[in-house]
Amino acid sequence: MADKILNKIYVKVWRQNSPKAKGRFETYTVENISQGTSFLEMIDILNDQLILGGKDPIAFDHDCREGICGMCSLYINGHAHGPDTMVTTCQLHMRRFNEGQTITVEPWRVGAFPVIKDVMVDRTAFEKIQQAGGFVSVNTGGVPDGNTIPIFQDDAEEAMDAAACIGCGACAATCKNSSAMLFVAAKVSQFAKLPQGQVEAKRRAKAMVAKMDELGFGGCTNTGACELACPKSISIAHIARLNREYLVAKLSD
Amino acid sequence: MSILNSNIPEGPISQKWSNHKAKIKVVSPANKRKLEIIVIGTGLAGASAAASLSELGYNVKAFCYQDSPRRAHSIAAQGGINAAKNYQNDNDSVYRLFYDTVKGGDYRSREANVHRLAEVSPNIIDQCVAQGVPFAREYGGLLSNRSFGGVLVSRTFYARGQTGQQLLLGAYSALNRQIGAGGVKMYTRHEMLDLVTIDGKARGIIARDMVTGEIKRFGAHAVVIASGGYGNVFFLSTNAMGCNASASWVCYKKGAFFANPCFVQIHPTCIPVHGSQQSKLTLMSESLRNDGRVWTPRKLEDAEKLRKGIIGPNDIADADRDFYLERRYPSYGNLVPRDVASRAAKERCDAGFGVNSEGKAVYLDFKYSIERLGRSTIEKRYGNLFQMYEKITDHDPYKEPMQIYPAIHYTMGGTWVDYNLMTTIPGLYAIGEANFSDHGANRLGASALMQGLADGYFVLPYTIGDYLAGEIMVPKIDTNLPEFIEAEKGVTTKLEKLFNIKGKTPVDHFHKKLGHIMWEYVGMARNAEGLTKAIKEIQELRVEFYKDLLVPGEMKNVNPELEKAGRVADFIELGELLARDALNRNESCGGHFRVESCTEDGEAKRDDENFAYVAAWEFKGVDSVPVLHKEDLVFETIHLTQRSYK
Ligand SMILES: Cc1cc2nc3c(=O)[nH]c(=O)nc-3n(C[C@H](O)[C@H](O)[C@H](O)COP(=O)(O)OP(=O)(O)OC[C@H]3O[C@@H](n4cnc5c(N)ncnc54)[C@H](O)[C@@H]3O)c2cc1C
Ligand code: SF4
Ligand code: FES
Repeated sequence: MADKILNKIYVKVWRQNSPKAKGRFETYTVENISQGTSFLEMIDILNDQLILGGKDPIAFDHDCREGICGMCSLYINGHAHGPDTMVTTCQLHMRRFNEGQTITVEPWRVGAFPVIKDVMVDRTAFEKIQQAGGFVSVNTGGVPDGNTIPIFQDDAEEAMDAAACIGCGACAATCKNSSAMLFVAAKVSQFAKLPQGQVEAKRRAKAMVAKMDELGFGGCTNTGACELACPKSISIAHIARLNREYLVAKLSD
Repeated sequence: MSILNSNIPEGPISQKWSNHKAKIKVVSPANKRKLEIIVIGTGLAGASAAASLSELGYNVKAFCYQDSPRRAHSIAAQGGINAAKNYQNDNDSVYRLFYDTVKGGDYRSREANVHRLAEVSPNIIDQCVAQGVPFAREYGGLLSNRSFGGVLVSRTFYARGQTGQQLLLGAYSALNRQIGAGGVKMYTRHEMLDLVTIDGKARGIIARDMVTGEIKRFGAHAVVIASGGYGNVFFLSTNAMGCNASASWVCYKKGAFFANPCFVQIHPTCIPVHGSQQSKLTLMSESLRNDGRVWTPRKLEDAEKLRKGIIGPNDIADADRDFYLERRYPSYGNLVPRDVASRAAKERCDAGFGVNSEGKAVYLDFKYSIERLGRSTIEKRYGNLFQMYEKITDHDPYKEPMQIYPAIHYTMGGTWVDYNLMTTIPGLYAIGEANFSDHGANRLGASALMQGLADGYFVLPYTIGDYLAGEIMVPKIDTNLPEFIEAEKGVTTKLEKLFNIKGKTPVDHFHKKLGHIMWEYVGMARNAEGLTKAIKEIQELRVEFYKDLLVPGEMKNVNPELEKAGRVADFIELGELLARDALNRNESCGGHFRVESCTEDGEAKRDDENFAYVAAWEFKGVDSVPVLHKEDLVFETIHLTQRSYK
């Protein structure tokens, strides 16, 4: 079965030449797009058109194009990663759009993620949070056999649920407070569910939350918007766990 | 006599690594602090190496082109990682993993390297568990295993369908700890564009800051290439968009030999190409072949009706379905190795039995296992893959068979390294998919992750000391030396050249053209005539590229088109070498199938007499023919036999 063709769509996209430059929206017409095309392939086609027309193509982040590396971003028609659920922008297909539609494409709008160019943003802040405590302090070698400590299957599964976070930033981009709580909670929660993570649990929760605050992410007011936007369905139950971990850590100060 | 010295240690195979470790030199902690190492890439290989080297006390500078080390393409690996733990008590052992890998590689890998890989494999699992990698567990709390194609034991560890992600996040966390502690300086969005050698030794790199466009120099006492594979030379592959060969390629041009470029793995179960605008291909895990049956219609007229959309797969009765893998390979059936399954699919489609509008797809059908096991069992096993398939194709694989077709997936070839993982340039190392070492002509499933982490955690941190022990008197490398200035100038000139062509054709068009040539003549079935033609067409493409390329934007700003142009320029040269290597190797082995070398019933035929060697190519200039050096493969432990899956 062949996919339907969209004869004409309009792409209204944020253009900004550099971090300090003033940005603006520009609208482009794209013709003849198969609905089987992915959203980013549609942008590829638009970019080809721009280049051939002597214009600068739209800079956007992407890499794996299969929903796992977390590189792609984009706020599409008011939704992080677009109107489909449980997918990243790179997995979004043109089936979700209609003939003649205007599609608005913006970068993540988070203070801690400054625009680099067009819809490409700088997520170094996420790196700094991970460097502050997102690890178990073991060196290579000299560790016990993998089966020394049995782990409840349910705990391992829950740890895996949390560990599925791809670090895309959609949670912070969706949150009205620009909070990175879901992202931080995912890491803290993964380790909280595993015996290997216990030793440093208190230090980790405190260090990661402190770093998040320091970098200018907002506080969490439990709106739950992040969970809905998250392409990996990371649950806000992890935020509750992070809060518990954090409280315990603070109490023992 | 070959000038290649593989430095394989003396002694029986099971003693070689221990003997070697006992003999190689060690650098004192005080001296480690004075030494610098550059690591290019932060996938499983690079991240594990950078973290481990920093833990030892070396000063590490790590580079990746993405905005975070966590996004390296290792993240996309689905199925699992092998290790000879024998947790299942099914008589697995280091020897068996070693044997399976050598056999699976169709006897074109180096025994000593493979044995070491098998030896260190159990440590990898321990390390990952200690880091908090959430591997799948049994009810009793112990680690769970699954089996993979081509082997008889259950030795694959996994974390749902996201094993690569979890292993990489483990290595990334170790790396982050070192970045936080100051032992690793991380350069994200930096692309290595040249290697700097001084007096024949690797001493640094030139990189472009992909945000500002600035060209920068970095010095070190050793350089490690962990930049992944070159599958994107085919344009369409299961690799990420940015995967490239440029880091390896500039090393090749500076004197590092490139080995077995023609050994490329084509994975049988990928979602077929649709239309002409597709940018990449998506893998459907090998594990699906455990429960899916592969078929095409038995009658040509049915295939025709399917292609036109007049009938659907469910309209074809069982008797009219040709389960060609089960027919041709009764003992392995749908679980034949990747190369065999891929060629069989191509054979059916070439014969006119392809089922999608392009005629380039076969069915992978779960109807039978759903009938046998129930939908919920299949959902538990493959739910996420089925969802991914449906999102991409808009078809429900619970209701009708998946369409699949082979696609480029992995590259066994790569930079030549000796037993220490050092290239032919002293002080330059290559690890992970970037080197050629352990998989011969075909890689077994779940073994790439194992190799990347083995190299980074447990091999390189030992072997690099042997070289660096001789460098302790060398002061911090001065990046104002003429060699650095010259290399930087070279990079700037190369970029300016690309930028100033100001032709009419954007880079993707050239990349697609290259991909077509590669897939057509250097793909699943190769012959001398086609390969010769490919070499000629690639050379012509290169000329056209430098005449008509159009790179928009600015040099000193974010410029993805400029990045791509540099990569494609290198891919064009690499494509030619790949075809040359394939032309030279007039035998069929593993993923390399020469039509001239097959049995009467069309199966691959190896030629051990003439080709039991590693082909290591030496660069002699872009317009000159490279020189072939042969490293003879000596099999002391394993007896060579023809593979059969009938
Ligand atoms: C879809 C898919 C599924 C797979 N599934 C499995 C599986 O189940 N089991 C298995 O064992 N194997 C699997 N493989 C293979 C395996 O994932 C890879 O071979 C392996 O992860 C490669 O790791 P690496 O560290 O060598 O390279 P990569 O992970 O590719 O990392 C390359 C790194 O180099 C950097 N880099 C590249 N070029 C430059 C440059 N010029 N300058 C600076 N940095 C650069 C990148 O930024 C990146 O950090 C799969 C592969 C794919 C594509
Ligand atoms: S929690 Fe979800 S939305 Fe936030 S970074 Fe992780 S995957 Fe993205
Ligand atoms: S490009 Fe990797 S998740 Fe979208």
